[in-house]
Amino acid sequence: MTTLKFLGKRLVLSVFVLFGLSILIFTISRVLPGDPVRMALGSRAPQWAIDNLREQMHLDKPLYAQYYYWLSGALHGDLGQSLVTRRAVSSDIKEFFPATLELALFAGIITAVFGVVFGAISGRYANTWIDNTLRIFSYIGIVTPSFVFAILFMLLFGYILRVFPTVGRLGAEVAHPPVITGMITIDALLTGNLTAFGNTIYHLILPSVSLALGPMAQEARIARSTISDNLSKDYIAAARGFGVSERLIMFKYLLKPSLIPTVSILGLDFAGIIANAFLVELIFNWPGFSRYGINAMLNKDLNAVSAVVMVLGIVLIIVNIVVDLLVIWLDPRIRLGAERGK
Amino acid sequence: MTAIRNPAIKQRWEGIKKSWYKFSKNPVSLVGLFFILLVTFLAIFAPYVAPYPAHAGRVVNFPDANQPPSLKHLLGTDVCGRDVLSRVLFGFRYSLMMGTVVMSLVVLPGVILGLLAGYYRGTWVDTVIMRVTDIFLAVPPLILALAVCSVLTPSIFNAMMAVSLMWWPWYTRLVYGLASSLRNEFFIQSAEVIGASRFHILFREILPNCVSSIFTKMSLDMGWVILIGSSLSFVGLGAQPPTPDLGTMVADGAKYLPDQWWIAIFPAVGIMITVLGFNLIGDGFRDLFALEDV
Repeated sequence: MTTLKFLGKRLVLSVFVLFGLSILIFTISRVLPGDPVRMALGSRAPQWAIDNLREQMHLDKPLYAQYYYWLSGALHGDLGQSLVTRRAVSSDIKEFFPATLELALFAGIITAVFGVVFGAISGRYANTWIDNTLRIFSYIGIVTPSFVFAILFMLLFGYILRVFPTVGRLGAEVAHPPVITGMITIDALLTGNLTAFGNTIYHLILPSVSLALGPMAQEARIARSTISDNLSKDYIAAARGFGVSERLIMFKYLLKPSLIPTVSILGLDFAGIIANAFLVELIFNWPGFSRYGINAMLNKDLNAVSAVVMVLGIVLIIVNIVVDLLVIWLDPRIRLGAERGK
Repeated sequence: MTAIRNPAIKQRWEGIKKSWYKFSKNPVSLVGLFFILLVTFLAIFAPYVAPYPAHAGRVVNFPDANQPPSLKHLLGTDVCGRDVLSRVLFGFRYSLMMGTVVMSLVVLPGVILGLLAGYYRGTWVDTVIMRVTDIFLAVPPLILALAVCSVLTPSIFNAMMAVSLMWWPWYTRLVYGLASSLRNEFFIQSAEVIGASRFHILFREILPNCVSSIFTKMSLDMGWVILIGSSLSFVGLGAQPPTPDLGTMVADGAKYLPDQWWIAIFPAVGIMITVLGFNLIGDGFRDLFALEDV
């Protein structure tokens, strides 16, 4: 019951945040200097064309009316027309979003799994050479921009060793599985097309690893510090005193409570992954939402930019709620405390 | 006559000496400090240290184009024949400027808003400030900064403004957390009871207790801001050529991979060294002040 109450409260707050975000992005796209119509049509467009488009986009009306038109359109799923592709922004996003979701989820899984594994090893063997080596690598992971990783991987694995493909989601020789979810891995599995599944995983590896290394290093550091802190706690000493095996201590008593801080920053990691995907998708020519977003930004396609930011806001709110639910599930202090009604 | 008379100042001086002792015992922080000092030195004295200072700007020297690293050009030359080392050294200037300008613009407003919201926790002041903060934090700062840069004319100045516009909420949230727990402490309540002004309580009682956290976050953030700045330049929405910005140089050099690898790789290493330095120092501070929530 209390989890439901928590969910309800979060959803109400989220609606508020999204409303605020819409005002923010509207302000950025309309109030800052620069004429969107001029940007769309170019500086040599005749005056009548400009006046027409301005009227069509309601830019001739006062700001609050413009906002009203934009918001009521957005609530009906109409995010306006892309000034560059001349298509509805919502259908563009529907087409490109699954590719980014697939990439980000893949990168998120790599982040969580390897971050925890490396962190656990580091924490378990704290201050030994294993720990020190892992920590040096985690520093390198943290300070290297993911676009640099992307370029390096492309160079090393794509051109020099030629072991991974460097462009797109699927090789030209493989038939595209029918679009069900838009995520090729899942579509391929659903239709039992293992060739396409293998091929798309193969394409996913370089971009998702370049996105994952930074957050993975961050996760590993957090996991390391919680695990090495928890190792010196009394309950572990007590368990050892009772003769509980090291393996049981590690996996049953140590890992689960130590996962809480690691899991709670996953939402932040996911946000970072999607943000960096704006650059990495550009490098790997990944036909996703982020590449669409960055191209919209580079072409000053304001309708598309506002839509991309709003969709991103919605996605991140959902991700954060999921992460919070995970933390509640992991942490009995929060779960039981809430059930007892404090 | 030079002896310090004021016992309070003397005590503070002792405290600084003790902190420095603890800080300098940590090899990680010292490595960080070394990197920062090195990068700062090279940035400030770039015109004197760089072998070809003129190459930082709009210079073409085609006879020497695309030279691999050699004794004449330690890090090679780019497609226009400009010395990569000289450009990287000047690039440090732009990276450090990005970090310093953004920090100096965001910390003060962010901290003041956080203090107000934390101290007036539960009132409308808290609600207004923190809900607005939530809105800014809903989307990664890189994306909002990209959006702002996309409507402005791309330049390093506009990139700094865009990042600043998106960065203050992190300080508000940090200080909010600290201030809202500090306000229940006895020393704050005593100050209220003896009738200290709001200004005194906010800035002389609460703020000094937040300084170590703010300071630590600033040194970590210098690194992140430099990363974001280089990302903006990388896509072409930040510094514009021929400005020797490290992100712009990586983007430019990436076109000539893998054959002329030195054009992209060395500026990338430049970014990494700078960010690493600030990160190591930030971690050193975090250990020194025993902070967990920064």
